Amino acid sequence: MKKSILLAMLAGFASLAAHAGEYDISVDRVQIDTGDFVKEGIGYNGASPGPILRFKEGEEVTINVTNNLDEMTSIHWHGLILPFEQDGVPGISFPGIKPGETFTYKFPIVQAGTYWFHSHSGFQEPNGAYGAIVIEPEGREPFRYDRDYVVQLTDKHPHSGDRIMRNLKMSADYYNRQQQTVGDFFAESGEKGVMATLKDRMMWGDMRMMKADIEDVQGFTALINGKGPDQNWTGLFEPGERIRLRFINSSAMTYFDIRIPGLEMTVVQADGNNVQPVNVDEFRIGVAETYDVIVRIRDEKAYTIFAESMGRSGFARATLATEAGMTAEVPEMREAPVLTMADMAGHMDHGSMDHGAMNHGDMESMDHSKMEGMDHSMMSGMDHSDMGMSSDSFYASGSGLMPQAANGGKFLSYADLKAQNPLYEDREPTREIEMRLTGNMERYEWSINGVKYEDADPVVLQYGERVRFKFVNETMMTHPMHLHGMWSILDVGADKWNPIKHVISVAPATTVYMETEVDAPGQWAFHCHLSYHAASGMFRKIVVEGGPEGTVAQGESDGQQGGES
Amino acid sequence: MKLRISFLWGIALAAALANPALAQQDPAKKTQTAKTFWGVSAEKLEYRYSDSDEELAAVEGGAFYGTDELEFHWLFSGEWEEAHNAWESLENQFVAQIPVSDFWDAKAGVRVDTPEGTDRVYSVLGLTGLAPYWFEVDTNLYVSDEGDASVDFEAEYELLITNYWILSATFESLVAFSEDREIGSGKGLNSTELGLRLSYDLIGRAFAPYVGVVHERKYSDTADLARDSGGSTEDWFAVIGARVMF
Repeated sequence: MKKSILLAMLAGFASLAAHAGEYDISVDRVQIDTGDFVKEGIGYNGASPGPILRFKEGEEVTINVTNNLDEMTSIHWHGLILPFEQDGVPGISFPGIKPGETFTYKFPIVQAGTYWFHSHSGFQEPNGAYGAIVIEPEGREPFRYDRDYVVQLTDKHPHSGDRIMRNLKMSADYYNRQQQTVGDFFAESGEKGVMATLKDRMMWGDMRMMKADIEDVQGFTALINGKGPDQNWTGLFEPGERIRLRFINSSAMTYFDIRIPGLEMTVVQADGNNVQPVNVDEFRIGVAETYDVIVRIRDEKAYTIFAESMGRSGFARATLATEAGMTAEVPEMREAPVLTMADMAGHMDHGSMDHGAMNHGDMESMDHSKMEGMDHSMMSGMDHSDMGMSSDSFYASGSGLMPQAANGGKFLSYADLKAQNPLYEDREPTREIEMRLTGNMERYEWSINGVKYEDADPVVLQYGERVRFKFVNETMMTHPMHLHGMWSILDVGADKWNPIKHVISVAPATTVYMETEVDAPGQWAFHCHLSYHAASGMFRKIVVEGGPEGTVAQGESDGQQGGES
Repeated sequence: MKLRISFLWGIALAAALANPALAQQDPAKKTQTAKTFWGVSAEKLEYRYSDSDEELAAVEGGAFYGTDELEFHWLFSGEWEEAHNAWESLENQFVAQIPVSDFWDAKAGVRVDTPEGTDRVYSVLGLTGLAPYWFEVDTNLYVSDEGDASVDFEAEYELLITNYWILSATFESLVAFSEDREIGSGKGLNSTELGLRLSYDLIGRAFAPYVGVVHERKYSDTADLARDSGGSTEDWFAVIGARVMF
């Protein structure tokens, strides 16, 4: 921790001598053409996605943001470590930017890597207000590449964010067009027998839960760098080059499974921080995460970047080619997964499963006996022999969401992520805070520890402590949890090599731990990065008390420690 | 001006941080939360042709506004009879609705009936929600300004032929605890209605045309009252209409 302050200070001093870049961003109404539909939205400098902001580590940036909308706006610099007043969350960091006004952000760049920025006001982000940030490091990078591209994904929907929120509240399955049908019933009956299928349906029906509850908001067109599958964004290369692809998932709601058929990808960075290189055939990117991969292409041909949504309701597609206009085969989407009883265990049997990285050997700690009335032979997805070689400890054992590489090869797991350069000394956490991820799907209410943001006290942390967060997902949805202002050190069981992230995805019925060095005074946001989950209550304010610049943040000594429990 | 705003903000922030009570008045709860919602829908908007060549237009729908904790609903239902150019039934309900469990809401309010003929005003206490196995249930206790009590019960099940073709089965019944001859209601089971409608989601879930059959029957004293006034006691209808939700 001390090291990082020193580093930050050094970076601060260095910046005086080094760069001081000034950038102008306008927030505008724009037209977004996905190839499937044209929709009015919000963009930056006249386009959505906005520009790629290219900073240099050690630079002191000044960013003038002019609001050309007729409503309030804001920009949050996702993943950047900065003073809290610059973090861009209206009501927490600052009041927001009024129509017609220009707000000037000013902060030092104390890190390197791939990040992004987006509005934190209303549903402006799903409506198009996002862009990429690429920060060049001061030192040499531990990997080589000849060129790099930002590959920014989103799930552009023909409905506005406000309308989507309202529709979800009216009917939580409004956008779900993957629900099980009569046809599915007969198909399954053919395979497993009528009684078994009927029993399975009764079991889910009894709980009023749906196996198909994977993607709340379907009907989007997935875009890469603003281009739909038919518009085919293309990145050019020369044969023999190493290409760095900076994947950013700027979706409102959608996880993607990404592969480039015919190419192995070397993952070198996750959420802006370098990781020890891992070769994979495919990886899953949670909402708001970033992954940098390097591919080496020797031949003069085109390759498809294929990103299927986790629930297979849509896909994004782009091409790497030696000439514009070249294309490669676009694969068919794989069959849509369905949730299994394993994914529901967290909902039914709180806390008996602990799939945290510390317990790799403990997968059987799930107490099957507590799932009353369930016929285990019925749990289609629980057939472990089906799971093949890959089993990811960050999913419930037998989960319907268990990722599988399309070519049967290596699928990246959180467990594969090891920090290249640990930012912090490894030390014992000072305390643990449990955050149960909770909700009511039918009412489309999402919460933490059963309390929505509007009814919750802030979570109070002390400057200088190291807090261990325990996320227990009691819902059937996957939640990408994002802490502003401070790093999330994901516990993959690698101690000092645990990767440093800004979004931690927590799969249904799993428990995941992360640790945070509380080294940033002020107040910060913490929330599920699924736009409509955050807006319906899965959100908290974090207050950090004390600290060197504690003039503002000191004094709340009788605040509730660690928030509600 | 800008400077002044940021100065005031600074004071507000310092005050909020210094005082936990103020900290709870977290302005971000407003900016980061979607709080109020509304909706307009018509579950039924249909023409009915009976087996005795009777023609009816039937509407059932409403609108709501509210939060997760409290919703205000206006519910409308009516049957327009072609032959008499009149509302055979016409009901407006104004109810407040609050959640009482994960899947159930309680509601209370008033119901005003203004069909052709006798008007009635009722107080309403009801329960609406989702029963196990996906049955949507709505049941209400009514007490009229004449002091007569009655209970209605509605259940609906939607069978997904595909994710767009939906077969919905509905059952409605009305039981009265005392007789109210003026409105043709006998004591006991008054009536049942069974419906089967096949719809297709044409524009999202906003517009779904359907065809179907409806069976209506009146029982015992209520049937006698209907017969006395020249009405029918049992009808089969072919229906065509649309479900609308916005």
